[in-house]
Amino acid sequence: MKIGDIKILVVDDFSTMRKIIKSMLRRVGIKSIDDAEDGKIALSYLKSKPYNLIILDWNMPNMSGLDLLRSIKSDETLKNVPVLMVTSEAKESQVIIAVQAGASSYIVKPFTEATLIKKLCTILKIEVQT
Amino acid sequence: MHEDYITLAKPFIQATQHVISTMAFVQATPGKPYVKKGLTAPGDVSAIIGFTGDRNGTMALSFTKKCAIFILKNMLGDDIQDIVQDIKETVGELTNMISGQSRANLSQMGINLQASIPTIILGDNHTIEHMKQCTIVTTPFNTSSGDFFVEFSLEQLA
Repeated sequence: MKIGDIKILVVDDFSTMRKIIKSMLRRVGIKSIDDAEDGKIALSYLKSKPYNLIILDWNMPNMSGLDLLRSIKSDETLKNVPVLMVTSEAKESQVIIAVQAGASSYIVKPFTEATLIKKLCTILKIEVQT
Repeated sequence: MHEDYITLAKPFIQATQHVISTMAFVQATPGKPYVKKGLTAPGDVSAIIGFTGDRNGTMALSFTKKCAIFILKNMLGDDIQDIVQDIKETVGELTNMISGQSRANLSQMGINLQASIPTIILGDNHTIEHMKQCTIVTTPFNTSSGDFFVEFSLEQLA
């Protein structure tokens, strides 16, 4: 897979974080990035087009990131899309919950661009020059 | 000031410096924590988050206008669309992150807390509603473009 072909959906209720994550992804050459502010909008995107990765915030109102993750993993058409969970919670117990719910990996805010891209590369099994 | 306040302020100070330097590439220099009198916010835009768990409490982040704009520009660059909305969201998200890091630091001291979603407050002389009957500890931070403040109150500090 080439970096320019990767399609990513960023889900976070805070627009600031969506913008920052999108900027980080664009700087390494990822062009196809959609973003959603809540789980309902995210699901509508996921039903309408394929993604290689979902970057998903844990703490969102209405449908939490964990609820959305569980919905994705229980959907036959979506369950194989890898999910990178993003959260402000730095506790190990949350990592365990996320992994048990099907997250491919987990990243704690605040994070650097290098950390995000390293996680992405590991999940998608690609190499990116940063 | 009682020594316990200083001990409890340290996790918040460390978390704040880490979050601001990582997300905004800004070095924030902490001043000496002090006990705040009254509820008036020290800054122009604030966010407050509630704690439950081993203790009930609150944490707030309050930016002067100049400092909020500086931090926002450092975080978003040219991607600012609505400066008021972007500042509100940014202060809220920074509060979330500082809360998360602070609570991780506090858990190493044996204090385990859960947090609510932040509430953002904007405007001249607004107030920050911390825990009633609890001491409010404020730590000022200085940056190259103005000041901001981190406040917390935890039960058993009264």
